[in-house]
Amino acid sequence: MIPQQFEYSAPKTLDEALGLLAEGARPLAGGMSLIPMMKLRLSNPEHLVDLGRIKDLSYIREQGTVIHIGATTTHHDVESSPLLRGKCPLLAETASHIGDVQVRNMGTIGGSVAHADPAADYPAALQALEAKIVLKGAKSERTVSAADFFVDTFTTALESGEIVREVIVPVDGSGTGTSYQKVLQPASGFAIVGIAVRVRKQGDKVAMARIGVTGLSNRAFRATAAEKALEGRSGSPAEIQAVAALVGQGVDANSDLHASADYRLHLASVYAAKALAVALGRIA
Amino acid sequence: MATTTITKTEKLVGKRIRRREDPRLITGTATYVDDIKMPGMLYAAILRSPHAAAKIRSIDISKAKALKGVHAVFVGEDTKNAGAVPCGASLPGLRVPHHNVLAIDRVYLVGHPVAVVVATDRYIARDGVELIEVDYEVENAVADPEKALAPGAHAVHPQWPDNVAFTFHQEGGDVTKAFAEADVIVKQRIVSQRLIPNSMETRGVVADWHAADRTMNLYTSTQAPHLVRSLVAQILGLEENRFRVVAPEVGGGFGAKIQTYAEEILLAWISMKLQKPVKWIESRRENFLCTIHGRGHVDFYEIAAKRDGTITGIKLKIIQDLGAYFTVLTPAIPTLSVLMMPGLYRTPSISADIVGAFTNCTPTDAYRGAGRPEATHGIERMVDMVAAELKMDPAEIRLKNFVRNEEFPFPTATGLVYDSGDYSAPLKKAMEMAGYDKLRKEQVEARKQGRYMGIGLCAYGEICAFGPSPATPAGGWESATVKIEPSGQVTVLTGISPHGQGEETTFAQIVGDELGVGIDDVLVVHGDTSMVPYGIGTFGSRSTAVGGTALYFALQDLKATIKKFGEMLLESDDVTFAGGQCTCNKSGKSIGVKGIAAAAYRAMKLPPNTGPGLVATHFWEPPNFTFPFGAHLVVTEVNGETGDVSIKRYIAIDDCGNILNPLIVDGQVHGGVAQGIGQALWEQAVYDDNGQLVTGEFMDYTMPRAHMMPWIESGHTITPTPVNPLGVKGVGEAGTIGASPAVVNSVVDALSPLGVRHLDMPLTPEKLWKLISAGRNA
Amino acid sequence: MPLPTSALDFGIFNDRRYPLPEVSAMTETINVNINGTTYSHDVEPRLLLIHYLREVVGLTGPHIGCETSLCGACTVELSGKAVKSCAVFAIQCDGAKILTIEGMAANGKLHKIQEAFWNEHGLQCGFCTPGMIMTTKQILDRNPNPSDQEIRHGLEGNLCRCTGYQHIVNAVKAAAKAAGA
Repeated sequence: MIPQQFEYSAPKTLDEALGLLAEGARPLAGGMSLIPMMKLRLSNPEHLVDLGRIKDLSYIREQGTVIHIGATTTHHDVESSPLLRGKCPLLAETASHIGDVQVRNMGTIGGSVAHADPAADYPAALQALEAKIVLKGAKSERTVSAADFFVDTFTTALESGEIVREVIVPVDGSGTGTSYQKVLQPASGFAIVGIAVRVRKQGDKVAMARIGVTGLSNRAFRATAAEKALEGRSGSPAEIQAVAALVGQGVDANSDLHASADYRLHLASVYAAKALAVALGRIA
Repeated sequence: MATTTITKTEKLVGKRIRRREDPRLITGTATYVDDIKMPGMLYAAILRSPHAAAKIRSIDISKAKALKGVHAVFVGEDTKNAGAVPCGASLPGLRVPHHNVLAIDRVYLVGHPVAVVVATDRYIARDGVELIEVDYEVENAVADPEKALAPGAHAVHPQWPDNVAFTFHQEGGDVTKAFAEADVIVKQRIVSQRLIPNSMETRGVVADWHAADRTMNLYTSTQAPHLVRSLVAQILGLEENRFRVVAPEVGGGFGAKIQTYAEEILLAWISMKLQKPVKWIESRRENFLCTIHGRGHVDFYEIAAKRDGTITGIKLKIIQDLGAYFTVLTPAIPTLSVLMMPGLYRTPSISADIVGAFTNCTPTDAYRGAGRPEATHGIERMVDMVAAELKMDPAEIRLKNFVRNEEFPFPTATGLVYDSGDYSAPLKKAMEMAGYDKLRKEQVEARKQGRYMGIGLCAYGEICAFGPSPATPAGGWESATVKIEPSGQVTVLTGISPHGQGEETTFAQIVGDELGVGIDDVLVVHGDTSMVPYGIGTFGSRSTAVGGTALYFALQDLKATIKKFGEMLLESDDVTFAGGQCTCNKSGKSIGVKGIAAAAYRAMKLPPNTGPGLVATHFWEPPNFTFPFGAHLVVTEVNGETGDVSIKRYIAIDDCGNILNPLIVDGQVHGGVAQGIGQALWEQAVYDDNGQLVTGEFMDYTMPRAHMMPWIESGHTITPTPVNPLGVKGVGEAGTIGASPAVVNSVVDALSPLGVRHLDMPLTPEKLWKLISAGRNA
Repeated sequence: MPLPTSALDFGIFNDRRYPLPEVSAMTETINVNINGTTYSHDVEPRLLLIHYLREVVGLTGPHIGCETSLCGACTVELSGKAVKSCAVFAIQCDGAKILTIEGMAANGKLHKIQEAFWNEHGLQCGFCTPGMIMTTKQILDRNPNPSDQEIRHGLEGNLCRCTGYQHIVNAVKAAAKAAGA
């Protein structure tokens, strides 16, 4: 349908944008969530600041042991980036599961992260990657961990006037295996459950395990109990099963038409096992 | 190559010819309703009720009216003399609620139109809607047909507190005896859930009133333009000959565009009121709420059989969820289920009862298959259950009970006469294609490994080509005019109104063969009541079987005239018309259609008792319905961990009589199967207790997408119908009818080791996972 | 049923019309190249690209099938990428290059993808077809020889209610083959 009227600005610099945001405007990135919400008049911003014209907000850059991804980098850029596919394949794989071709062409990592849909794909990977999210306001810049960033349904650590400027993910050297496994909500394509796994082995023992979970509850989170249970083990099928069963432990699971809480919890465990097995199998 | 290149001497019928209608569609140059723009055209947006049941205390339209760009705001009081939205079905004792164009004092469903804003563009119209304030007194609602019939339920219409719109009873044979003498009786409650047709183009209307000559041009996305014309003209008190309805390019219908809707009346009324052309385009949200839904059955089956598997009787009680109002066919749809309840089987005794229940929901009406999918789903599930009870193979019980080839025409216990068939042929062909015996062996192995593999069969029969007029609410005949223009090109005017089914091509194939002209010389015109003769429209798999036959007979008339001209021009009384040429059998001299057309219009000389020109019109009334049939075989595997169903093989063998264009027939089958699989696995209109449609957007209503669909292995047997000279039966709905029981039977078969004997649709992974985990823990 | 009202009730020569108020909304000028032609228009910020193309420019090939950007009927190519034009504001496209279904055929010749959809009966009602064709272009631009699975995955964002997708998949394969030939 049709959005309400609004004022539109398309600044060329980030500072200019942040100045407008400080006055109460709302940022527009890829618009893949915001514009449909505006059309249904579920969201009615009075002033939109289009971040699309800001130079140097779309980039994927390696710097030492990390990769910086600019806020307006599209999902397609992420899924097809040779750098990310080689050095942070979990993020590229996760991006390839978002929406559809057209959505991935427009949707941005900054927009998706800031929207914090509890069924979005990226947050699972960002949790597993222990990503850093750089938040910038007119007068400040701060870096928060993914763990601290995702607060609740559609709620993040972003404060009024701040935007996500970039996402920082680690370079995963050899010895690391990753996988993102997702149960599709069949109508919308969002995640009923999405599990991102990142494991490293030393010898035949799992030295590090990170498990990011999306779709299961009000926000994406790290299944730390499961991670701890795997570390120091060999990652045998039986161990994987046992570890996967811990992923939903203590979680207040979402329940809707497409999956009850019980079923979601069950799927979380099944898909965690799948993601763990694939990730362990991918360790070079 | 999927298509065939045609040389002029070949017959066109039977060839995989690519469609004549496609060039405009693949270049984006076709004209759908929303593509129509007129000078001074205004846009309407409709305010709809957010409540399923409420009294309207007051409506304040002042802010909307004051908005710049708003031309008018109308409420129910303004339109109360505009007549009511019509219902065309009649049943004894039917309670027909008065269906106002805009709600007056109460709303009966979410989406009920309350007010309309007319503005210079659609953005302002939408803004205006937001400014209307309605004070509702919200009441309890009832959104479930069984709950609606329970004592003490909220009355959808206060004047009918029991929510019963009608009851209907039919029986044939001696069902009491059949059940008394049965060796086995199987009972089951079977739900055919509410579905949302969701054509990709929503509905839309442009109304353009010309006061000076009292003419109305109404452009609407419809399957039945003449029906819209007759009804809306009558409702508004306009002259039918000055009322033109155009169905321009129509982006799918699936039965949901047969009806005459409130918006068609409303827009015509607004155009008259404001003396301007006005457009309304339905949003998808409105389409979910305000265009008819399909199915909505709760069926209670009882089936009586002998120890050897012979089915002797069926009892059926249908609770039909009608919704809050009727559209054109609403109450008639479940009666089609009753007619087809015996399926392809000889079953001599039946008894059926329908209770039509009002709910605070969107009206149900014809959706692809309209009554037959429900009936087929029921009988095909029941037959499987009887087979399981008797430990028979599901193929064996079907083969045993099929109407036999020598029994046609076969009178059914429900009063129909099945036209022709070889019912075992498609089933046997499907089983052969699948390697049925081998599959059963694989299944034994799979079960040993703890895998849930299922093989599902469905042998469906359906009733098509509506139909004899006494059995069809608006007449069942169809019309065609064929004109050979002076240049020799041929124009066909048809009363059907195709919107994707490809008759611009198949009809040109018929013409090409009959008149011996090239397919490029034929133009098929449809959908404009000012151009084509009165017609009934496109639905019920009738267009080719009835409209094509009308065309065939018009062509025969025309050929007789051609021959007369040929005899005159060749100065012989021994002339044959074939391959586009009149040839004198004595001299061998000949003259082509082109030459004859030129002579017929120049009219220097005319044959005896013959006027100038080459035109023929034929209205054809079918003597019977046609009854296509077929068998679908589906191999599934259910993931024991997640409950996901994966379709390993889908085999569809359909017998739709003679095939005019195999490419188009395959397309119809594929699309039908997708909708049937959609019902079996994913689609459902879910209402909460307050009458809110929970699955009211594509976000929550699962439409089949490319990655969800299996590869369909399609095949045919061909049993021509004697009902029409083309021998065609109809194929538009076959795929849908065959698919849902085949898929469900397959999944029930997969889970039968867990004691599962029936599952209601959709077979969501969670539903199956729960059964599997319960079975494992048992 | 109440008696139908007469046409006369509406006043056949009644000139009673509501006054036409001035419409004023803040607009900005955009310059866009569409199918090789440059356009300059004043647009309201809230004007969606799909409405801009259809209502302002007059290109009605891209269609509107939903409002949640889940059907793909409105797909066009924006700066070389397939996007859903119902989820983009026209104002965001200032300076951009857009290709719609109307720009696919060139010099009176159908594009190979159009030809393939025609040959393979990849459409019935045709409403989803412009979007399907534009998405197919994106799929093949990135992967000239896709598998069935890749094609189906690539078409995830485009709904078709008529075809069951099988002939569309065939059409994409045929187009790939034709382009490779």
